Amino acid sequence: MSLLTVEGAVSGYGEMQVLNGVSIRVDDGEIVSIVGPNGAGKSTVMKLVFGLLKPWEGSVVFDGQDISGLAPERVVRLGLCYVPQVDNVFPTLTVEENLEMGAYILDEPLKARKDRVFELFPRLAERRRQRAGKMSGGERQMVAMGRALMLDPKLLMLDEPSAGLAPLLVDMIFEKVADINAAGVAVLMVEQNAKRSLELAHRGYVLAGGKNQVEGPGSALLSDPEVARLYLGG
Amino acid sequence: MTEAPSLSRGRAFRRAASTALSSRWSLVALLALLAVLTVVFGALEGISGSRLLGLTVRGVLLGGVLALGALGITLVFGVLKMANFAHGDYMTTGAYLGLVVMALLPAGAPVLGLGFGYEFVVALIVVMPLTGLVAYGLDRITFRRLRRRRAAPVMMAMAALGLAFGVRSIVYMVFGADFTFYYQGAARPVVELLPGLRVRTDQLFILGAAVVLIILVYLLLERTKIGKAMRAMADNADLARISGIATERVVFWTWLISGALAGAGGMLYGLDVQLRPEMGWWLLLPLFAAVILGSIGHVYGALFGALVMGIVWQVSSAFVNPAYGPAAAFVVMILALLVRPQGLMGGER
Repeated sequence: MSLLTVEGAVSGYGEMQVLNGVSIRVDDGEIVSIVGPNGAGKSTVMKLVFGLLKPWEGSVVFDGQDISGLAPERVVRLGLCYVPQVDNVFPTLTVEENLEMGAYILDEPLKARKDRVFELFPRLAERRRQRAGKMSGGERQMVAMGRALMLDPKLLMLDEPSAGLAPLLVDMIFEKVADINAAGVAVLMVEQNAKRSLELAHRGYVLAGGKNQVEGPGSALLSDPEVARLYLGG
Repeated sequence: MTEAPSLSRGRAFRRAASTALSSRWSLVALLALLAVLTVVFGALEGISGSRLLGLTVRGVLLGGVLALGALGITLVFGVLKMANFAHGDYMTTGAYLGLVVMALLPAGAPVLGLGFGYEFVVALIVVMPLTGLVAYGLDRITFRRLRRRRAAPVMMAMAALGLAFGVRSIVYMVFGADFTFYYQGAARPVVELLPGLRVRTDQLFILGAAVVLIILVYLLLERTKIGKAMRAMADNADLARISGIATERVVFWTWLISGALAGAGGMLYGLDVQLRPEMGWWLLLPLFAAVILGSIGHVYGALFGALVMGIVWQVSSAFVNPAYGPAAAFVVMILALLVRPQGLMGGER
């Protein structure tokens, strides 16, 4: 069953139109990767789904409910969590407090949820009292993902999770994405690192010029000459 | 940004030196140096050490009152990214609301060797949430509308300034322009803390109340869910929304707390000195100086700044006309910012 459906979305910032009709689907339990050249509108799709931008045309449906333009603080209650590419932690809050903020909407003890995140990222357990702003890029990405996992989302949205990380950490992050997915969470991610993310993804979309140009299983996209052409800016 | 590999040694050295010179410790060292100079200069001028000590104690007391105002300004700035120039007048509002509440209560006798009775404490407890609600109410009818329209920061500042004049005018209209006291002509008991160091018992109460309130704010920010959400929103408002934090609720609590602190600060200041319609307005600049010295938006920096401002204000009166106290505090702020432009806590994140 389709968990998230973006249909013919047109949107942008102010007067500037970035998306010219994007259609994307994520099914239950899938990893879907959106790749494409810079400025293709990859991050914009994420912001649109999460209600940070309103669709000018088209619709966003999550779990059978139309969420087009629904405010982020409402979207998060439906089981959709989002990790932005930059500024994705609260720098003056400790690791533990960052996680608590991820489950702010819940009025219950959070210990079990925090422990689950610490199990996934043992490094964070060691540093639970450290301020997130003083941590390395890789650790911060773990904090950001941990925060988004606190609500047990049905769908986790990751915007460039490997951007700016050392190769070893990139491997680690992709492994964690696979682990998260294996636990039953669908993942929609945007990546610069097209090769790695398409290898991992069940399906992928290539976005260029604010439209999805090619769609297919991750491995098939990797060998598609059309994809190579789009990347070379044809 | 990558740095040019050909960066000359001289420039690298200068950069390292300037980083070291603008560290937090150099700011503290500068203030320590000023303190030493004050003592030396005082000795040359024939000002006794015990007089300076007495003024320092008075400065700490004033610093406690300033801290209550500065905390509110820095919290509002952190959460809403807005300089609330009406904050001083919220302190005035609190002070006069206290006068009204006390008039409604049956007068009591002074207790515990203090210069006031139970009714002042009751009024303080009543006035705090009242002033908080006034602050939130004024936000609803002014700043919130501007935020919704994404008004420029300068527009928000102008609105705050207008609000400051408006609030003060209402106080003038209702209470008149004359100064007044909570206790007209009452005895003000004094204790001798150290030989030659006499303070009024009321002032000890004021400092104690300020310290208790500061500790409560600390606990609120560090231990409670809403306090953590306030810090989270101050860090990154977009991420707070993405995390599902009800930002309007955080805004409500921010105004309630900063208004309550302003109300308490106003009443305590009024008890120490007197009530005047422009009392809070004249505190506004020293308050902002304290907040900026500690780095705006940083709660603990504001406490430090308030303490420094209070002490400089009082101690300077040994050398110059006391009316220049706030000016002296400003000179010190400017010196401190020349050393460390980001303030004490800046560049932390």
